[in-house]
Amino acid sequence: MGLTRDSCGSAVTQVRPCVAATAPIVIALAGNPNTGKSTVFNALTGMNQHTGNWPGKTVTHAQGTFRHRGVAYTLIDLPGTYSLLANSVEEEVARDFIYHACPHATVVVADATCLERNLNLVLQIMELTPRVVLCVNLVDEARRKGIQVDSSRLERELGIPVVLTAARRGEGLDELKEALARVAGGEVASYPSWPVYDPELETGIARLMDHLQPLGESVPRRWLAIRLLEGDSDVHLKLVSAYREKGELARANALDAAGEAAVGWRGDLPADAIRDRLVTAIFRRTEEVAGLAVSQRKPRGIDWDRRLDDILTSRWLGIPIMLILLGVIFWITVSGANYPSELLARALFWGQDRLTDLFTVWGAPAWLHGVLVLGMYRGLAWVVSVMLPPMAIFFPLFTLLEDLGYLPRVAFNLDRYFRRAGAHGKQALTMSMGFGCNAAGVIACRIIDSPRERLIATLTNNLVPCNGRFPFLISLASIFVTGGTAVGLRSMGAAATVVGLVLFGILVTLGVSWLLSRTLLRGIPSSFSLELPPYRPPQIGRILVRSIFDRTLFVLGRAVTVAAPAGAITWILGNTYVGGLSLIQHGAAFLQPLAHLIGLDGVILAAFILALPANEIVMPIILMTYLATGSMIELDSLSALREVLVGHGWTWLTALSAMLFSLLHFPCSTTLLTIKRETHSSRWTLLAALIPTGVALLVCLVVTQTVRLLGLA
Amino acid sequence: MAIGVDGLSSALADLAPGRCGLVTSLLATGLPRRRLLDLGFVPGTRVESVRRSPAGDPTAFALRGATIALRHEEADLITIRVL
Repeated sequence: MGLTRDSCGSAVTQVRPCVAATAPIVIALAGNPNTGKSTVFNALTGMNQHTGNWPGKTVTHAQGTFRHRGVAYTLIDLPGTYSLLANSVEEEVARDFIYHACPHATVVVADATCLERNLNLVLQIMELTPRVVLCVNLVDEARRKGIQVDSSRLERELGIPVVLTAARRGEGLDELKEALARVAGGEVASYPSWPVYDPELETGIARLMDHLQPLGESVPRRWLAIRLLEGDSDVHLKLVSAYREKGELARANALDAAGEAAVGWRGDLPADAIRDRLVTAIFRRTEEVAGLAVSQRKPRGIDWDRRLDDILTSRWLGIPIMLILLGVIFWITVSGANYPSELLARALFWGQDRLTDLFTVWGAPAWLHGVLVLGMYRGLAWVVSVMLPPMAIFFPLFTLLEDLGYLPRVAFNLDRYFRRAGAHGKQALTMSMGFGCNAAGVIACRIIDSPRERLIATLTNNLVPCNGRFPFLISLASIFVTGGTAVGLRSMGAAATVVGLVLFGILVTLGVSWLLSRTLLRGIPSSFSLELPPYRPPQIGRILVRSIFDRTLFVLGRAVTVAAPAGAITWILGNTYVGGLSLIQHGAAFLQPLAHLIGLDGVILAAFILALPANEIVMPIILMTYLATGSMIELDSLSALREVLVGHGWTWLTALSAMLFSLLHFPCSTTLLTIKRETHSSRWTLLAALIPTGVALLVCLVVTQTVRLLGLA
Repeated sequence: MAIGVDGLSSALADLAPGRCGLVTSLLATGLPRRRLLDLGFVPGTRVESVRRSPAGDPTAFALRGATIALRHEEADLITIRVL
């Protein structure tokens, strides 16, 4: 079902977004990035929302519903953009939705603290549709900064309804709904006052609008004329072919005639020159409007944003602070997750015993009990108890930094290094997301708008450890690196070791990016711009909801769906004996020579391969094979774990190699599937598995052989 | 070289942190040019160079109430008159 309204049926094309509207009245939500657009979206729709992708595009799409005075509305969240001139996929998606789906109203969210810049998008949308409501958000923050926005003056200048909101606190939302209802219901006739261009352009626009007369009243002819004037062939061709398809030849011909007139009018004027004049005129107007409607009282006190930036992006402290923050987050995650992990494990393994009782009562065959309880249930129990607590700590902490506005500063601090590697500064952000979950990190690569750099970021995302691998790294670090010291020191030592590994992962990320950008993905880094938004007081409630529901449970759900079958298969492989050895042991024996070269043993390597679906089951498989118990086990203390490992020939070199291999090896199957989906290419997906694996083998080989040569272990 | 002499024409990239300038023209073409325009780097815009990244590049610029970081190559393609 399309969102197309009858009233503008004439303008419908094949690019109609196939979004299923759950309520008949459709409202589009547009706005610059970092304006609190998603806060407005959440505040309006509450929990009634779901997300997905725009059809055929890797651009996230969210929609929700809300009710006002008994009427239901569908709210479509358009991608955050600075402009609608289709310089990126996001802009194209937003533009096409407003043009083709003709929402009953479009609300543009603007940031009250930098209204002038936001007005650019507002004016562009006003040209595209008259049914616009301007929502000036973050007025609370503006007040704090001594900025006053005069909404009635804005309304007069723009000719559209303006509502001031502080969506975080729920301020102004009722007024916003009311304004939307009135615009959508046609109760308010808005007369957007468009930016006026120079006389020459205006004459051209008027002439083209005459040509476009046959298209009808519902089409934004002025907007269309401007696009033709500046030679936007994308808009032109899409519309013409749509009209042709529907057999509306008169309209298609009118459009073509207008297109030809535009070519004639342009003569040999370069397209850039026209775009310049258009954009300059729009910005002149934004300055004018902002000058009239925004007043800045003398800012009281200190500019906290600059003060904070003085520290967080300072020459000497910027990067150390970043590392310390990272270390602190790991430390809180490590030390905080221990106890709940243990509790969960105890509860879940208690559940296993009860299940076993049930199976005994029923007299179920041993193999069934093995596959379902010892394999599947145990695998699940392990994954949940190991993953859930650290994720429930890590993701909120990470989201907190995101909410504060710290992450763009990380990109700002690190961009130079990524650029030298031929990559994009925003890769620092997608890499950080990878700490939570590499699949999430790969999806996050969408924020990088040039295909080459996006691919580099996608292929290297796995080189930083995700939550599924942290417990493995952390437990090995605590056992082998700082064995014997006091407990507090030990967790700090483990955290420091993990930070060291992470830094190494980042170095490898940069190295591989560098190699890729000089070989397979040659090219110069494309243009880079990064907004450093004002710091915002975090919204704890929203952080918890978002990080628990959107991230923790989402990632856990995926892990669980792969861990259950993986657990069953592992049990079968561990309990099918051929010639006195289980299949896993056969595999391990086969892998032993290679594994020995890189400092591992066959069992460890086999475990990494079997754990393709979920990295968190590496340790259980290793233990299961060592102890030949035939099912994944949980050892209740680190010292017991240490005894088993050392008993099977582990040295600190084994632990180091295992940690390095875990850090660098192939991505889990979920991440690979995500890469496949995002790149639409089996070749890149294959490379995404081969490159890290090659790096892991090489690094482990060099480290092991060097250590052995020096006789250190 | 960081330029800080009033009235001098220079590239935005060379504007010393703490100084302001007025955009006079854009030398970028195609998509990068359109991106810069969308961010508000149009002739006549007052831009302040705020700070450089710890590694020296990119540089953060304040314009139209927002803070935007640009790499040296992009900022080099924006000419300004130093204020």
